[in-house]
Amino acid sequence: MDDLSRFKQTYFDESAELLAVAEAGLLRLAPGEVDMDEVNAIFRAVHSIKGGGGAFGFNELVAFAHEFETVMDGVRNAEIPITTELVDTLIRANDVLARLLAHAADETEAPAGTTDDTVAALRRFLGKAGAPAEDVAGVPPTATMLHPDDEDDEAGIFGDALAAIQAARDDRPAAASSGTIPEGTLRWTVVFRPKAELLLSGNEPTYMLRALRRLGEAEVVCHLDKLPSLRDLDAELLHLSWTVTLLAGPQVDRARIDDVFEFVADDCDITISAEAPPPAIIPPAEPVAVSPAVPVPAGPAAAATPITPAATTSGTAKPGDGAKRAGGAAGGGDHAGPTTHTIRVDLDKIDRLVNMVGEMVITQAMIAEHLRDLPPGQFQELLEGLEGLAQHTRELRESVMSIRAQPVSSVFSRMPRLVRECAAATGKEVMLVTSGETTEVDKTVVENLVDPLTHMIRNSIDHGLESPEERERVGKPRAGTVHLSAAHRSGRIVIEVTDDGRGINRAKVLSKAIEKGLVQPGSTLSDEEIDNLIFLPGFSTADQVSNLSGRGVGMDVVRRNISSLGGRIGVYSTPGEGSRFVLSLPLTLAVLDGMVISVGEERFVLPLTNIVESLRPKPADLHGLVNKCDVIMARGEYVRLVHLHRLFGIPKAIDDATRGLVVLVETEDGSRLGLVVDEVLGQQQVVIKSLEANFRRLDGVAAATILGDGRVALILDVAGLREMSRHGAGNGTGSSVPSPPSLPAPADRTDQRQRQTV
Amino acid sequence: MSSSTALAPVSSRTDLQSAGTANGNEEQYVTFTVGSEEYGINILAVREIRGWTPESRLPNLPDYVRGVINLRGIIIPIFDLRARFGGGPTQVTKRHVVVVMQVGERTRGILVDAISDILAIGHDAIKPPPDVDSGLIDAEYLSGLYTAENRMVTLLNVGKLFAGEHVDQDAAARAALEPT
Amino acid sequence: MKKKVMTVDDSRTMRDMVSFTLRGAGYDVVEAADGQQAMNAIAATKVDLVITDLNMPVMDGLTLIRKLRAVPAHRTLPILMLTTEADESKKAEGRAAGATGWIVKPFNPDKLVSVVQKVCG
Repeated sequence: MDDLSRFKQTYFDESAELLAVAEAGLLRLAPGEVDMDEVNAIFRAVHSIKGGGGAFGFNELVAFAHEFETVMDGVRNAEIPITTELVDTLIRANDVLARLLAHAADETEAPAGTTDDTVAALRRFLGKAGAPAEDVAGVPPTATMLHPDDEDDEAGIFGDALAAIQAARDDRPAAASSGTIPEGTLRWTVVFRPKAELLLSGNEPTYMLRALRRLGEAEVVCHLDKLPSLRDLDAELLHLSWTVTLLAGPQVDRARIDDVFEFVADDCDITISAEAPPPAIIPPAEPVAVSPAVPVPAGPAAAATPITPAATTSGTAKPGDGAKRAGGAAGGGDHAGPTTHTIRVDLDKIDRLVNMVGEMVITQAMIAEHLRDLPPGQFQELLEGLEGLAQHTRELRESVMSIRAQPVSSVFSRMPRLVRECAAATGKEVMLVTSGETTEVDKTVVENLVDPLTHMIRNSIDHGLESPEERERVGKPRAGTVHLSAAHRSGRIVIEVTDDGRGINRAKVLSKAIEKGLVQPGSTLSDEEIDNLIFLPGFSTADQVSNLSGRGVGMDVVRRNISSLGGRIGVYSTPGEGSRFVLSLPLTLAVLDGMVISVGEERFVLPLTNIVESLRPKPADLHGLVNKCDVIMARGEYVRLVHLHRLFGIPKAIDDATRGLVVLVETEDGSRLGLVVDEVLGQQQVVIKSLEANFRRLDGVAAATILGDGRVALILDVAGLREMSRHGAGNGTGSSVPSPPSLPAPADRTDQRQRQTV
Repeated sequence: MSSSTALAPVSSRTDLQSAGTANGNEEQYVTFTVGSEEYGINILAVREIRGWTPESRLPNLPDYVRGVINLRGIIIPIFDLRARFGGGPTQVTKRHVVVVMQVGERTRGILVDAISDILAIGHDAIKPPPDVDSGLIDAEYLSGLYTAENRMVTLLNVGKLFAGEHVDQDAAARAALEPT
Repeated sequence: MKKKVMTVDDSRTMRDMVSFTLRGAGYDVVEAADGQQAMNAIAATKVDLVITDLNMPVMDGLTLIRKLRAVPAHRTLPILMLTTEADESKKAEGRAAGATGWIVKPFNPDKLVSVVQKVCG
């Protein structure tokens, strides 16, 4: 079974998907209308998990899956009525199965009794269904299903055939008992007379004869006596029979020979006998190579039926031949007709591909840049060729990116359960509506969506929706609705969580913010600004910390998560009507929409998501603050100016903001900065490259990329820049100031990430 | 942080040179010049040698970190060996050379003046570095001295040579704390 | 010419295991996730053996066997049923539908190869 262990990962991956399928199905299962396809899908999911688990010897898991499956089978056959209690139990069973899978994956033992309660609960339904519960309970689940004894089992089906074979065995010729059997070798005589219809079951006698040859040295005689004349011949009927004489070692026992005829035992007459070979016939060491067709003297058993040898096929088989495949030398050039619609590919391989395509994009941009300098008019074909290459490169890049794309349904499908739990915990009635589940986005983005979405939905149910009573009072349906949707919009994915609850209580939010010192008392904020206060760190609107949302995790964390993916989140609320959270994310994390800027001789990339606008200030817009900090009036508020060249120590840059440009940027928490740069060179999609792989993280730098000329440009981390500049402005945090170290420093751990994200 | 910088470095990374000594008595070294001095590094650590291409600067790092370049799609840092040894930043020309090395799992380049030789050096022929005041020379990254004809070749331990990169973090923090 | 085996199973794990084992033994393997896919594929490509699971969505294994046997060209095509059901009725049903033989899950690679050799060489 060692060979099978390589499939364990596939098994666990698949099982995770199957669990999700089962769970989604179970959550939709309700008394009343029953979708049998759904029920079957759940059954099959559990069944497949059980089947695979058996292959790896996960006995406890298989035993439990069997219990689960048995109940699902009852549901499938309409023997067990669907009740809320049943569905709850089945969902619980699915959870237990997930736990058992997790233990199997970790190669740990599930705690004793993990399955007990659930098994008992499951069995109760069998009792209700009229099946004798005791019977079910009495059968140790592993005993019958899991380790079927092949031989016994097969005997059960073709018992008659095996009985026939057994009879033949009893018919054993006297030779076996009388002669002295030389140690290590037996001569078997097999007379094989299939019924005429044997071929119609897809069985092919040739292969059985070959299988016999693999067991030792075989001589095969074919009997043509029943062969009709050509005119009467039906090609699908079989008229031949064979006698095989087999010289085999002690490893070949009766069972091995019986096994060859496993599938045809009841479609043929077989006699099998063993004897010690007469010394004269045994070729001592060398095989009977292509010996002339010598009709083998039939043993007593065979003699019972007269056989007229009319044609012979003879051959010898060395023991090793079985391993070599017949005709393997032809060299499989037959690649026709693949039927798989999907293949599984290691993510690393795809990432390498994505990388290479990224390189191509860069190389192509580089060539284009060089060719631009060529004298016009000449090299027309070259330019056209390059145009084509650019087009193909773009398409290739999109195709490659789409390989990593996954529908968001894998995340959305987890939400019904969450809603169910939240509704139960808050005593609210909630209907979840989803749309756009097939919208595709990069796998990494999908994976990173789970936490933010979970929190947003919890938040909507906990804070947004009213209690059924309150809803009735204000004339709304008792059940609130949470709508989860996904869509592609201008190269990004936009996910919305909308509820029809009470909306954000702005007065409460504002007073809370003031109370927490997040907003100066007396400040005037627009409705939009007040709504967005809920994303500030440490903000919580619930009067008391509730079970659901109040786990020290607030919407600020959601915003940070989203922001780390290059996304944005916003909220739109109408009092009394509900709230809408809008989340937009890049389709992939491998590329980024950026703005290339220059400072001195260096170029940097600013993520587009951080940019509010860029402007060239007039001297009157600039104000000096104490401490040499400059501020600029932009969009009605004072924004601190940060000179990138000062922060990064870049020579030969423009210091006077009125001669350069100010790029107004916004960090995830909504605070703004004016970055003073020399020039804005243009917008560009860039391939994100790691700086840490060969070097390390740098403050104010998110990653790196390679521009069209092959040069490296750093991608800026706006939050980091703000942090750096805050220290620079003298409002440093409490962290101690390290004294200038002497070189070299201790070879510390490579990963010393202590930047705090705000 | 600052107190620990005074301690002797404890290197946890793979020491390529000691790994190389396992096979036989002789090892090959790539030698190159920086100014008037000649240095050697174990050839096992060398991935390739390439001409100088302009780097992109990295902010707030000591001058021996020249910046980063694009090596066929991966981004590697380039260290200026002259600056590393206190000789100030190299004024690069087209003749300058980058030796690309594999140090542990990382790829990085060192900027040197020119490649001079590939020497097979017997283990016995390597003299220990002189016992110099560690305040004067960081002997940590010197793995030995070798005499080729009349030249002295300083053999470098590349693993330890860049152990000092970790200081950069402090340097960056320090720079960030200076008023802009 | 390598023999071409089609594995029909809605479980990717099972398909992977069958494919891997048989490829290692020198067979070409094509995969289908249900009976319908298998029917479509067999119409387009010649296979030397079909190994099918019984319980599958869209079209189950027994239906697949019956449908294949109804096609004259496939009357003698070897078809093995792969099943976790150790009960007799499934096998008898499979036999009646025209299955050549069966493999009981869980199986080990040697067993699979030996059964396959037995029915398709």
